[in-house]
Amino acid sequence: MGKLQHITKGLVKENPTFVLLLGMCPTLATTTSAINGMSMGLATMFVLILSNIVISAIAAYIPDKVRIPAYIVVIATFVTLLQFVMQAYVPDVYETLGLFIPLIVVNCIVLGRAEAFANKNSVVDSALDGIGIGLGFTMSLTLLGLVREILGSGSAFGFKFIEGDGILAFVLAPGAFLALGYLIVIFKKLTSKKAE
Amino acid sequence: MDKLLVSPSPHLHTKTSTKSLMRDVVIALLPAVVVSVLFYGWSELLVLGVSVASCILLEYLITKYLLKKSCTVCDWSAAVTGVLLALNLPSSTPWWVVFIGAVVAVGVAKMTFGGLGQNLFNPALVGRVFLLISFPTYMTDWAKPDGFIGNFDAFTGATPLGIAKEGGVAAIESMDYMDMLFCNIGGSAGELSALALLAGFVYLLVRRVIRPYITLSILATVAVFSGIFWAINPAEFTDPLFNLLTGGLLLGSIFMATDYVTSPMSNLGGIVFGIGIGVITMLIRYFGAYPEGVSFAILIMNSVVPLLNKWFHAKKYGRA
Repeated sequence: MGKLQHITKGLVKENPTFVLLLGMCPTLATTTSAINGMSMGLATMFVLILSNIVISAIAAYIPDKVRIPAYIVVIATFVTLLQFVMQAYVPDVYETLGLFIPLIVVNCIVLGRAEAFANKNSVVDSALDGIGIGLGFTMSLTLLGLVREILGSGSAFGFKFIEGDGILAFVLAPGAFLALGYLIVIFKKLTSKKAE
Repeated sequence: MDKLLVSPSPHLHTKTSTKSLMRDVVIALLPAVVVSVLFYGWSELLVLGVSVASCILLEYLITKYLLKKSCTVCDWSAAVTGVLLALNLPSSTPWWVVFIGAVVAVGVAKMTFGGLGQNLFNPALVGRVFLLISFPTYMTDWAKPDGFIGNFDAFTGATPLGIAKEGGVAAIESMDYMDMLFCNIGGSAGELSALALLAGFVYLLVRRVIRPYITLSILATVAVFSGIFWAINPAEFTDPLFNLLTGGLLLGSIFMATDYVTSPMSNLGGIVFGIGIGVITMLIRYFGAYPEGVSFAILIMNSVVPLLNKWFHAKKYGRA
């Protein structure tokens, strides 16, 4: 597997949202607009890359029986860092995402990549894997947020193109499930054609 | 004797088909449709037309181009969904809102699950609830009847249930139950006349399209539940007759809770299903944020139908 493939697999073949269906909680809860989705994706990507690097570096020294708590400690360290940085420089985004920033600690994408990839691979490969999966997650969340924003509030990235409200249900929880479901269908349809 | 044919059972067939059943449902809905058009006039005709036409068109397009299956429009089920959706909306709903409702009803609630027979939830109700949470302003803008017959001043009024929610029992004292029975109240098109809906119920029973258990158990539960609360405190809770005659209770219990696909198969299961709908409806009406809860109640109970089917087995055929 080439180095480039570590990045590209996260976008399509192992897309965390549309194929692996990981990290559904932030996916459904924070994608009320394209900006929110993108911020959540970038925040997760930051933690994912750094935790992948550190975990792959120290994996050999962690006893097998306590590896999950050890990973959590590493991930939590970066989440705390991220929290302070966001609070200082982008307080608005920090306010909007609220609880979902600390919840990155138990995000199953981050833990999943640590367990499935970082502890068996080299530091460089793990970093590239973090970038790829992180980009895939950011892309999917931005897309989902964009669809929900266009349908739900009649705007895209904050620019309103119709007067008044859109289809309000898409900003609410049921719309998140509907939009995600149909995006998965479309994604499956497009990627299965490519494979043939 | 060389003409002896050996074929597997069953050997006797009725002429009943999905098509004839659905056509009977449409016929049973006709009194309510006629009353709603007479009392709401052109605007109601537009809602009905857009709803039925878009449901049929969408089902045709989806089966033909997306699912690539044989066309199922001819079984009338899309038309039933269209009529029910229209009867669930205020007559003042703009045409594009009706169209979005039809897209959700047929596209999301029905065809996504694989079409008629495989949908978990009643399509028309999914459409209605989606519109209710998406366009609260359009969906609660009830015009008072203003149509071809009758002499009403056109004004936007609340439904009796809405008035009761806002002002308590005292606010509805002036209302006449005879008005509710005939058609003199504000509300969705299908909530207008209890009598027209009951006529449809009798037709469905006579034609043996539906069995009465689900409908009766819903109505009985609502009557008993509201009766108990009314007896305890008539100043705070509305009385049973008011609860039976207002809102979408009759429309929901007669035409939507009894949908074959989304109701339990056995009679006993149907009774439990009906009790659940009645209790949830009354809980929402008395204690919930919305004035009316029939559509939510039916959808919630729709989701437990597979469990009810597991617990209450339908009678097996072919046994003594």
